[in-house]
Amino acid sequence: MTVHNIYIFDRNGSCLYYNEWNRKKQAGISKEEEFKLMYGMLFSIRSFVSKMSPLDMKDGFLSFQTSKYRLHYLETPSGLKLVLNTDLSVNSARETLQHIYSNLYVELVVKNPACSPAPSLDSELFCSRLDAFVRSLPFFSPRAA
Amino acid sequence: MVIFSVYVVNKAGGLIYQYDNYVPRSEVEKTFSYPLDVVLKHHDEKVIVSFGQRDGIKVGHAILSINGVDVMGKNTADGKDILEYLKDSANYPVSIRFGRARLSSNEKLMLASMFHSLFAIGSQLSPEVGSSGIEMLETDVFKLHCFQTLTGIKFIVLADPRQSGIDALLRKIYELYSDFALKNPFYSLEMPIRCELFDQNLKSALEVAEKAGNFGAGS
Repeated sequence: MTVHNIYIFDRNGSCLYYNEWNRKKQAGISKEEEFKLMYGMLFSIRSFVSKMSPLDMKDGFLSFQTSKYRLHYLETPSGLKLVLNTDLSVNSARETLQHIYSNLYVELVVKNPACSPAPSLDSELFCSRLDAFVRSLPFFSPRAA
Repeated sequence: MVIFSVYVVNKAGGLIYQYDNYVPRSEVEKTFSYPLDVVLKHHDEKVIVSFGQRDGIKVGHAILSINGVDVMGKNTADGKDILEYLKDSANYPVSIRFGRARLSSNEKLMLASMFHSLFAIGSQLSPEVGSSGIEMLETDVFKLHCFQTLTGIKFIVLADPRQSGIDALLRKIYELYSDFALKNPFYSLEMPIRCELFDQNLKSALEVAEKAGNFGAGS
């Protein structure tokens, strides 16, 4: 049970926020390139899923899993994209992402006139609250290394 | 509870087999008067709805037929551009049938190779060591399950999110592939599978899986 990392992208694909907690493997490329690769993958998945789908979708892409981790995805109608990587024991992190968006991002970033989200979030309050929130999640328990 | 379709992708990302088991028909036919109250646009050689959902017509639906005659891509049956045709008030009232556009075989090839690279990126961006590629991808209306063999062939099944027993089905399809495609002396490796026995056995495997994994209200 653990949370690996979180990405927040804006509608244009720039990474507003990134943080990691229990990440064992780095991608082997610079963070900037990793963000681009991640955004490109999400963008392709969105178009892939909308073409592949046999029926009309409401929420679209929700999550995917590999043999080692699960990626949870939430996109708001304004185009903000939240991505949370956890291990496989976490079935759905939709409410968690929803909470991060409505109670942390909207409250501490959008409602703060002094804080502009682009090009990257520089609100110390948001960063520390998000960190505290993720650490308090029931499925956040870093295995003793 | 249904299994929608099956894809087999070779290790280079080429689609070597595709079977649509169940294609839901969600089509709406409606008579319109001038001017049209849905906004249409050209997209990928089709005319699709870009704005104005009503009466079951959804954004992304394509025009399938006009006045009961099937359209040819972005042209009407007699070769006129659909958007031009619909701009002319003399052609009204007009009856238009909308629905989700069916995937062409080219689009299926494209989607298969797209998944091939998504699979690889999913494994590269893993926060854990030794991760496979995407094994399961979930949306609100379907789940995509993928099984990659040691030899790099990917078997992909699209099914209802509540359908169970897909893992067993994927291994069964692998078994059928080994038995009926690989042992066929006329089958050349990495090439599209055209083996009648494979087709037949796949269909019966899908039927068995649909019956076995039936939980909750059937759809």
